[in-house]
Amino acid sequence: MKKVLVLAAFALVSAVTYAGGYRVSLQGNKALAMGHTGVAVVNSSESVFFNPAALVYLEDKFSISAGVHGVFSNIAYQDSETGANARTDSPVGTPLYFYASYQATDWLAFGLGVYTPYGSSVEYEDDWAGSHLVNNIDLQAIYIQPTVSFKINDKLSVGGGPIYVTGSVNFNRNLNRTLTDLEGNRANVTVDASGVSNWGWVASAMVNLTDDLHIGATYRSEIILDAEDGDADFENVPNSPLTPFADTTFDASLPLPAEMTVGMSYDFCEKWTFAFDFNRTFWDVYESLDLDFANAEIPDSENARNYKNSSIYRFGMQYDVTKMFTLRAGYYFDESPVREGYFAPETPRNDSNNFTAGLTVNLGEHLQIDASFLYSHFKEVDASYNYYSENGVSVPFRGTYKTNAFVPGLGLTYKL
Amino acid sequence: MKNILKYTFAVLAVGLVSCDPEFDSPVTDDGFYSSGTADLSKYVSVGNSLTAGYADGALYITGQNNSYPNIMAQQFEFAGGGDFTQPLMNDNLGGLLLGGSQIAENRFVLAVDANGNPGPVRLDGMPTTDITNKLSGPFNNMGVPGAKSFHLVAPGYGNVGGILAGTANPYFARFASTESATVIGDAVAQNPTFFSLWIGNNDILSYATSGGTGVDQTGNLDPSSYGPEDITDPNVFASVYSQQVEALTAGGAKGVLVNIPEVTSIPYFTTVPTNAIPLDAATAAQLNAQFAAYNNQILPGLVGIGLITPEEAALRMINFSAGQNFPIMTDDDLTDITQILQGPPFNLPAQLATLLGQLRQVKSDDLIVLIASSELGTTPDPSNPQGVIGVSIPLRDGLVLSTTEQARVTAASTAYNATIQSLAGAKGLAFVDAKTALSRVANGGVSYDGGVLTSQFVTGGAFSLDGVHPTPRGYAYTANLIINAINDTYDASIPTVHIGNYATVTVTNN
Repeated sequence: MKKVLVLAAFALVSAVTYAGGYRVSLQGNKALAMGHTGVAVVNSSESVFFNPAALVYLEDKFSISAGVHGVFSNIAYQDSETGANARTDSPVGTPLYFYASYQATDWLAFGLGVYTPYGSSVEYEDDWAGSHLVNNIDLQAIYIQPTVSFKINDKLSVGGGPIYVTGSVNFNRNLNRTLTDLEGNRANVTVDASGVSNWGWVASAMVNLTDDLHIGATYRSEIILDAEDGDADFENVPNSPLTPFADTTFDASLPLPAEMTVGMSYDFCEKWTFAFDFNRTFWDVYESLDLDFANAEIPDSENARNYKNSSIYRFGMQYDVTKMFTLRAGYYFDESPVREGYFAPETPRNDSNNFTAGLTVNLGEHLQIDASFLYSHFKEVDASYNYYSENGVSVPFRGTYKTNAFVPGLGLTYKL
Repeated sequence: MKNILKYTFAVLAVGLVSCDPEFDSPVTDDGFYSSGTADLSKYVSVGNSLTAGYADGALYITGQNNSYPNIMAQQFEFAGGGDFTQPLMNDNLGGLLLGGSQIAENRFVLAVDANGNPGPVRLDGMPTTDITNKLSGPFNNMGVPGAKSFHLVAPGYGNVGGILAGTANPYFARFASTESATVIGDAVAQNPTFFSLWIGNNDILSYATSGGTGVDQTGNLDPSSYGPEDITDPNVFASVYSQQVEALTAGGAKGVLVNIPEVTSIPYFTTVPTNAIPLDAATAAQLNAQFAAYNNQILPGLVGIGLITPEEAALRMINFSAGQNFPIMTDDDLTDITQILQGPPFNLPAQLATLLGQLRQVKSDDLIVLIASSELGTTPDPSNPQGVIGVSIPLRDGLVLSTTEQARVTAASTAYNATIQSLAGAKGLAFVDAKTALSRVANGGVSYDGGVLTSQFVTGGAFSLDGVHPTPRGYAYTANLIINAINDTYDASIPTVHIGNYATVTVTNN
């Protein structure tokens, strides 16, 4: 448990952005190398995340997987009408994961997972063209999930467990496009809330149609992080009753949407495995990001998001080259949950094509090194966010966005 | 094995940091925007307070940062433009010191009074810009607040020693290259490849803002004999203006000329209504009784002896009624009858004769200036509640720009504008019709991405709290007008700005 806490503390300084919305699909180096498939794959304790029901089929009595990814993500923005342009200088995200599984009996296994499936860290240059929407954001959610897995028979197993989430958010933006103090410094607000927690759950099943063909399904519940009495810090506000922005507290709700995954894996020609996963993320819960300020003088901030449910199609291959090396490759198509006209620069995500590769090196009987690499390719997109208004008049924020992400990862697997 | 992996990972990670996303055609690439046949590498702007970025009754740093030349220069950078420097003030208060004593007031800000009403007040604080501190130039922005057309070619206009005598300008004194330098000489010495020239506004504006108390100098070709509130002779304007254009184009520079807007486009003249005096029926009747002799005996009498025309008599009639009324005023274009009234047959006492000497009521097409709002309807002598300005005490001549005075302003500015436009045509320079553009703002407004830009005082967005000079948003609108004219004339594609990104009035309480 102490290790879990250390890892959790580590994860707090990590920051990530990648994948549709603020979903961060980096929950294991082995799985990521195969396009982040895994709901029907049985090969490591990464199954604590991908499919708890699979844990009971692991061959080892005790197994630990832990690792880290380095997220290098970049957003470029330009508006050819004015020449305005910006590039993010976001910190390198280092999301971590830790999974442990223990075979209690041949029909019962226990597991524990700590992982960060949601988060976002984007830093634009202060006062850039879209600074009235966001200067920078750092959103983190750490999932801690104890898990149990039952084998009902050789064909069917089920698993699941509760999830405890602790999250934090820090968000800064300018109050509008023009308000400054007397010296011309832009008025801005930072909202900060940490230690926001809530509970959710995961349930899954696995069906072994044959020894080589597996089908899996996992459902992870929606979790709403309700921030209460977070700090709202207003800076560079002129001294006037016309601009009553004094430091106060705020309440806000941020949904971490539910996710359903179904998929299959097929072992063939002794050394090969093919896997396919389909994710459906129920983003429609994210209708609006509303900040309710405690000070009644300060107008509440309502930011329409109106996300739609989105799908991800994942394909992965694995090839056991020798006893020492296993190679993996994968691809997935990630559908954006952002509707036209709701393209906000804090998560400027359009559809992406993602290419993955990786390998495992066996160092003796007990230890493996897992490495993976992901390249996310986003098409250049002309988009706008149309739900910002001044004095009741809608002021769309338009431009061209080009985004990419490179994510190398490294992990260790230890088994007994 | 472990080390190999580690190094591979490290090398990979370092390589990745540089993998920035690239647009198919980045706006920052050479050639995305074009300066066409113009060369923007050295831009020099020449003009008056508008060019300097003056706003809210003062020149201050954030105002200068939002001057139209500075906004344009930032957009020029996308099309080969170079650095653009400005003679920045020392602070955001805006007042001026001369050897430690204050000679110009701080800026206005919008403050809320004890009753919750917002209004312009001067910002508190001791200014720190002492004009005896010489800046080391040259500066691309040669806008000099207060300059009239002929000042730009006047040697010694930047001589600190001439400021108190009124022969020099405190703003130019800060950065004139020598004591005998001219504004145009210092501009040309920078060898600009591109210039903007917007001058002539003050040649009519100081006359207009002073309610026409100056002299229309049309016909007088010697500007050294002009007072500060006089209208410049159009031939003098044409002569100095063409000198300036010659000088600026001598080295082959391309440029843009901007014409002079109408004074009726600015809130300084359109905010105070002409019929600002509310009266009930009893008071109106009482006042009419007091003016009955003036209306029915004196004025017909003066017509009878041929001293005034029947038209002037009609203009001078005073009549109040229940509701909103036009204030009484002194009009120095009326025949002065003070002395006549003191003699027979009228034999009025001197005080009353003086009151009636050049008296009439404001007409609906007169313009009452903005600063009259602090005088109109007040009782300057607390011991005499009957002495109300506009009712029993006439508005000063300097607070009303009469139709006669407006006609002088229009005649002069029309002549200036003819000169400007014909020179632009003759020299192949870009021309901006600021007059038409500003009258659009004043009449219905101009839509932008966040509302409608109008000339409404305080709330319209285009004009700062002095009622004369634009806000940053008004300057951004101006910059777009000029950029569009440059694009048209020189086949260029310089990007414009979103004017909604530029601020309007600054709110703050002292």
